[in-house]
Amino acid sequence: MAARNDETVVEFRRVTYHPTNAPQPIVADLNFTVRRGETLVLLGESGCGKTTTLRLINRMLTPTSGDVVVSGKPTGEWDPIQLRRSTGYVIQEAGLFPHFTVERNVALVPRLEHWEDKRSLSRAHEMLSLVGLEPGIFATRYPHELSGGQRQRVGVARALAADPPILLLDEPFGALDPLTRAALQKQFVNLCRQIGKTSVFITHDIREALLVATRIGLMRAGRLLLIETPSEFLQSTDAYARAYRDTLGLDTLGLDTLGLDVLRRAPA
Amino acid sequence: MASFTDFVSRHWREMLTLTGEHFLLVLAAISVAVAVGLPTGILLTRRPALKRSVLGVANILQTIPSLALFGFLIPLPLIGGIGERTAIVALVLYALLPIVRNTVTGIEGVDRHVREAALAMGMTDGQILRQVELPLAMNVILAGVRVAAVICVGVATIAAAIGAGGLGVYIFRGLRMYDNTLILAGAVPAALMALVADYGIGRLESRLGATARSSSKANKPRKRVLLTRIAWSIAGLLCVILGLVYFAAERRLFQGENKSRLVVGSKDFTEQVVLGELLAQTAEAAGFEVERQFELGGNLCHDALVAGRIDLYPEYTGTAFTAILRHVPISNAEQVYETVKKEYADKFAVEVSDPLGFSNDFAILVRGADARGLNLKTVSEAASYAPGWRAGFGQDFMSRADGYAGFTKAYNLSFNRHPLEMDLSLTYRALAAGEVDVIAGNSTDGLISALDLYQLEDDRRYFPPYQAVVLTRRDALLSKPLLREALAKLSGSISTEDMRRLNYEADAKKRDIKEVVREWLLKRES
Repeated sequence: MAARNDETVVEFRRVTYHPTNAPQPIVADLNFTVRRGETLVLLGESGCGKTTTLRLINRMLTPTSGDVVVSGKPTGEWDPIQLRRSTGYVIQEAGLFPHFTVERNVALVPRLEHWEDKRSLSRAHEMLSLVGLEPGIFATRYPHELSGGQRQRVGVARALAADPPILLLDEPFGALDPLTRAALQKQFVNLCRQIGKTSVFITHDIREALLVATRIGLMRAGRLLLIETPSEFLQSTDAYARAYRDTLGLDTLGLDTLGLDVLRRAPA
Repeated sequence: MASFTDFVSRHWREMLTLTGEHFLLVLAAISVAVAVGLPTGILLTRRPALKRSVLGVANILQTIPSLALFGFLIPLPLIGGIGERTAIVALVLYALLPIVRNTVTGIEGVDRHVREAALAMGMTDGQILRQVELPLAMNVILAGVRVAAVICVGVATIAAAIGAGGLGVYIFRGLRMYDNTLILAGAVPAALMALVADYGIGRLESRLGATARSSSKANKPRKRVLLTRIAWSIAGLLCVILGLVYFAAERRLFQGENKSRLVVGSKDFTEQVVLGELLAQTAEAAGFEVERQFELGGNLCHDALVAGRIDLYPEYTGTAFTAILRHVPISNAEQVYETVKKEYADKFAVEVSDPLGFSNDFAILVRGADARGLNLKTVSEAASYAPGWRAGFGQDFMSRADGYAGFTKAYNLSFNRHPLEMDLSLTYRALAAGEVDVIAGNSTDGLISALDLYQLEDDRRYFPPYQAVVLTRRDALLSKPLLREALAKLSGSISTEDMRRLNYEADAKKRDIKEVVREWLLKRES
């Protein structure tokens, strides 16, 4: 039924992933949809199956049962290379190629897609500007000459370069210091509003989830417990969701739903 | 050291040739090893299940002693035989392990996040390999090539034992002649070559490493061009070398068919090289095109003859009788000769020629002056003087069953003082200098005449006979009637005195063997 909805970009239908050598499924019976333009945050502890869920979307993994439908087609029917090139991917350590310059890293997918060199480069420079890196300064540098925050921005620019309809982010800001992280989070939210990208974003940080999410999916031990908007999430009666909310210390400050606005408006 | 620089100034041309041969052996081996090892290493990263077994095999190959490996390879078709091809095969086997292992280690050492990102960006396996894994693993792979090159420079010295040439020729010759200058003449250039290979590839390595993680902005595009250029020139060079190796192998196969072509072998001591040269020049005079495969170590001559890699070589009946046919030594020369002739024909399809005339037996030697003064002709006559004499014997003679123990028993000899056990080559000079009074040498040694030594007759015929003969493959004789004719002329033509003189010219005077043989043949003609 969701497939009939034009707004659905990714849909999980009773998806289980259970490698033969694992005692129990890594993820089990996942059912959810990601709608066009939204940022779905998968929140949960390490090892709960968030990254596996993400990798099922671009067919780095294929489900043992059920279907992951991307743009109306199950991933099993996609050419994996084509699927991945139309899916931006950002990981924690950025995974930039150390022997490529920044601009070559960003222009990777356009080049793989045989764009003209000139167009690839101007696109790369455009993306660098978009993530707040001055191309004149950074384009010809190598990754090791950048700070962690700058590398992460390059990672985002690379993921966006071929203008993929979907963006997958696996704890993209996890390894950064708090100030840099806050700045990047803020910038990411603005970026999403600006370009209207559909994203699936993984984090174990409730603060980050509340900041960037249009909806939050809470995962535990390979299962999806609930999917709610951030304000619904803060008022959730689910015990696990409350445990997460309690870590914010909002109650002691006398804040409740109001806290969300405070959090979102806080200067980065 | 002065003698070394002197040697270099006189023989620099030959040294350059041998160094060049050595370098080409190593270069060819490394090129083939890279061409085989790199794809193998890449395959292992794609099929990890194979990794243990393949690396295990490579490891075992590495532990085979090099001389033994050469021995194993001789009888094999296509990759075996004697000469450069076998040497290159052996070197390749040694070079494989470091190259395969470092390729695997280098590729597996690429940052997990980088590989994951490459995959997630939609790169194909080939693109990940070419654009990400190989460039990032290149300095580790090159380190493997560097190790392989250094190993090969060392092992290639042993290739001289199977006639592949290179600097080992000097080292082996030097070891045989107790000539340190010669050993240095082989070892010093080999060591330099190893150092240069180590340094050169090391430079390339750090250069590529710097390109992979360069920090200076201005040089970047140029360096990338350089990287590509190096990669292409290596690939080009590889093709050329492979082509050459293939061409050489083809040519060799083709030449094998040639009816007028002969391969003459010899063992690795002076007399054998002289005899080999004698056979070669005799065959050349009869119109054959001759390839010389001299100075083959151990029993390689026999193996090579049976495998059809050489057509003929000089041998001694006693050696064939005991070392090859494994009979207990006996002293009847005729019986030994007949047995050898019959069994070689039956077992190996090899024809034994008529005796050449001389024997290379154990020779009981005394100073010429003593022999004359005491009027000694035979060992029996000398027995009564023996208690007062000091004897000097080589380690070989002291330890062999048919050596010291049996000898003293056969002649009922007793020495008051235990014999001095010393290096065989030194006993001649010790005898001449009066430090010992009796020694057991080789009957054809050139020093016997040169130092005025006298060989006492083995009147009780204790020592097994070592008559010189020529062993020829029956196939070669059948297809080349002229060869039989040419060899027949040699029968009984070389006396013990002749052989001593030839050995003396070559060994003591260090003259060019080809020239010495040519002179002797000319003199015989006239």
